[in-house]
Amino acid sequence: MSTEIRIRNITKTFPARNSGALTALENISLDITAGEFLALVGPSGCGKSTLLDLIAGLTSPTSGELTIGGRPVTGPGLDRGVVFQQYALFPWRTAQANVEFGLEVKGVPRRRRAERAREMLALVGLTAFTDRYPHELSGGMRQRVAIARSLAYEPEVLLMDEPYAALDAQTREALQEDLLSIWRRTGTTVLFITHSIEEAVYLGQRVAVMTARPGRIKRIVDIELPDSGGGDPRSTPEFVRYRREIWELLHDEVRKAFETQGSGYVAGKAVAAGV
Amino acid sequence: MSETTIAVVDQPHGLAGTPAGVVPNLPAPGRAPLRRAGRLLGSGVRRIVAIAAFLALWQIAPTVGWVDRAFLSPLNEVLVTWWGLAVDGDLWTNIWASLHRSLAGFAIAISIAVPLGLLIAWYRAVAGVLSPLLAIFLNTAAVALLPVFTLILGIGDTSKIAIIAYACFWPVLYNTISGARDVDPLLIKSARSLGLPHIKLFTKVIVPAALPTIFTGIRLAGAGSMLVLITTEYVGAKAGLGYMIISAQFNFQIPEMYAGILTVSIIGVAFNYLLLFIESKVLRWRA
Repeated sequence: MSTEIRIRNITKTFPARNSGALTALENISLDITAGEFLALVGPSGCGKSTLLDLIAGLTSPTSGELTIGGRPVTGPGLDRGVVFQQYALFPWRTAQANVEFGLEVKGVPRRRRAERAREMLALVGLTAFTDRYPHELSGGMRQRVAIARSLAYEPEVLLMDEPYAALDAQTREALQEDLLSIWRRTGTTVLFITHSIEEAVYLGQRVAVMTARPGRIKRIVDIELPDSGGGDPRSTPEFVRYRREIWELLHDEVRKAFETQGSGYVAGKAVAAGV
Repeated sequence: MSETTIAVVDQPHGLAGTPAGVVPNLPAPGRAPLRRAGRLLGSGVRRIVAIAAFLALWQIAPTVGWVDRAFLSPLNEVLVTWWGLAVDGDLWTNIWASLHRSLAGFAIAISIAVPLGLLIAWYRAVAGVLSPLLAIFLNTAAVALLPVFTLILGIGDTSKIAIIAYACFWPVLYNTISGARDVDPLLIKSARSLGLPHIKLFTKVIVPAALPTIFTGIRLAGAGSMLVLITTEYVGAKAGLGYMIISAQFNFQIPEMYAGILTVSIIGVAFNYLLLFIESKVLRWRA
């Protein structure tokens, strides 16, 4: 059962090195309905990852209200799974043991844990690689392990921070398809951050476009692609039209971000990455 | 000593090396095992050739008179002497005396330094304050404190074991702290996103992530323990390899002296290999 995420007037500021405070997010409001697949695009430095960290409970907002299923977010939890761009697998654990990690935290008994991890690895097509260590896997395989790890403990929300940005085009397309089929099967709510417009239009039911820093939601575009009859949906006129629309929404913001990006951007990123 | 360490440290990576960007360890068809056997043989020959040349030079130089045999006994004489010492049991007495000192000191150091290092790293602020002081201790030659240890603990085994433990302590402590402090922040973030409690974050993420660095410290300590051991046995001992070497020199028993040095070298290399072997078993996940 998935849960609705409500974001109300969230602002997040970071202490900046030289100039007082850096506003990463300003007055953001966003609803993500249960079971929805929402893609989020925005110029770099606009606070996309900060928003994801807030929902994950890794940082707390400076002001505003954030609830998941009606409960305010007070910290990280197993009702949410996070998938990072750089996989973040534990190198000393095999694929199987990595997938079991969240289940250990949840306190699932060993037997059930192993069984569940095998199921999840089968779901992402890695049955033959359960005993491999991360360094023995390709980038695409590692990301699939990371996704299996996040899905294993059945979070209601999957938060994905540019998960496919480091992968080659073919692998990325394969993983996009996998993700859609997993999403349809599990009904998990997905927030997917990307800087690829194409990826956002292909995956999202809705695409939220953010402004340059301080990040705000500029527009939310509903995506309704017609059945492409087994062909590539990316070549339909509707797809091209959506891509164009979002590109135009983003274009000004990217230019603005480029012009205003000073040392403050870097400082904010460093603070956001800190633990 | 240090040269041996470096060569041995590099070796496992060289053997297991795979081209970057290629998915390794996937079953390779056909003649791969044969080729690998050939490569192993090749690398085996390459690794032996320099040692063989060195031993040959050791044999030839004093025999043909390039160096005075009074200062360098030919290898065959050293080996015959070594065999004699081994048969009459003297050698083993000395080896045992040395080994029990160095192993005791080494074990004491590790069992204190690793937990203490983890504890210090746990308190980030403490680690930051202590680091400069630790760097001083780490870089002060332990044998410089030998007179202090002798002053307080006398010249018996206690002071020898204590100073070996002292010498081993700092590299292990320093590496444990930096290993635990420098864990990839993304791994911590990823674990935290699961709502992992603090103590579990430590045992399940920070400690395993720090292990490779801890092992580096342990190997440094291993090399250091031999160095300090021999020095303390030169200064005042009734048994041990250092004692054996220095007393042979006093009595102008030059082959005996070289037999002792050869033994020290063999034990040092064997100890380093043993540590590498344990490390490769514990850190199987590494490339």
